[in-house]
Amino acid sequence: MFQRIRRRYLALKVESEQTIQERDIMNAVWTAIFQLFGEHGASQANLNLIEYNPQKGYAIVRCSHKALETVRAAVASITEIDEKPAAVHVLGVSGTLRALRKKHSL
Amino acid sequence: MRFVDLHLLPSIEDVHQVEKMVSKSSELEYHLVGISLPPDVPRDEIHRLQKICSDVKVDLVTRVDFAPRNPRELLDNLRRFRRRFEVVSVACLSKPVARQAAKDRRVDLLCFPAIDPRKRFFDYAEAELASKALSSLEIDMSPLLTSRGFSRTRLLSCLRKETTIAKKFDVPIIISSGATNEHLIRGPHDYAALGTLFDMPTPLGLRALSETPVIIVKRNREKLSPDYVAQGIRVIRRKRIVSAYKKTLPRS
Repeated sequence: MFQRIRRRYLALKVESEQTIQERDIMNAVWTAIFQLFGEHGASQANLNLIEYNPQKGYAIVRCSHKALETVRAAVASITEIDEKPAAVHVLGVSGTLRALRKKHSL
Repeated sequence: MRFVDLHLLPSIEDVHQVEKMVSKSSELEYHLVGISLPPDVPRDEIHRLQKICSDVKVDLVTRVDFAPRNPRELLDNLRRFRRRFEVVSVACLSKPVARQAAKDRRVDLLCFPAIDPRKRFFDYAEAELASKALSSLEIDMSPLLTSRGFSRTRLLSCLRKETTIAKKFDVPIIISSGATNEHLIRGPHDYAALGTLFDMPTPLGLRALSETPVIIVKRNREKLSPDYVAQGIRVIRRKRIVSAYKKTLPRS
């Protein structure tokens, strides 16, 4: 029987002294996943950027619910984006995009 | 859950940096923050730091880090400074120092250098001594964030081994940031997620960031209180007892 894919949505806050582009943030997350978990781990994450607000520095990414801890650890390990010091914090996690937006007023 | 970060490493002369780091910790839901201070720190400096912390509703824990060259120096430092600080941590740079620190009840936290894996002396014997003396193993997360490639792989391998030993001997583990700037501070859930990299389950990781350090701070604050006499014994009322005692004294 077909089983529904369970996902998790993560609200991220990107902190850096420079403005970060959408491509740079996903590059940083993917690089962190590759470094920590390799290609096998990255393939299981099922990671996607849903939206990004460069002015406020907020981003929403989607991943597989099984890879939540993997993505969280990878995101926490980011210390630079585009060779500039940066930090990415997970503001919250939710099972639906609507709940996440409601919870964090994004 | 009250989260604790027992190891912030700002330059205490730089007020602006201290403020930034403490407010970042507050923003990330830490209620208790330990700042590493030099042993001869003046009282005024501590009051100033307490003021900065109370402004952002964070409780300050005074902490001192010793890095003695031999056990004698460690004992000397403990004798001189133990009662001035709420938390005492020892960087174990040699095996004799590690053994002495593990068996001394005045030492709260044992830390090992992240750079050199040959200087990580947390083995079975060390864990057994630490579990008897109620010392905890401190894991700083900033070396994990800043290192890359082979050095990070080696560090993770060491941490995995140490976590297994600590669990086996019931040695409490504490996760702290060890951050030197605000970019290296992460939220407690992020640290717990990073803990899974060295086989530390998330609930244990969260406990290492909340309950375990809270117990240490509570125990030490009780010991440092002027009413403390011994374990389980403390002064409840001072003034009345003294006045009653004076009445019973024969007048000379």
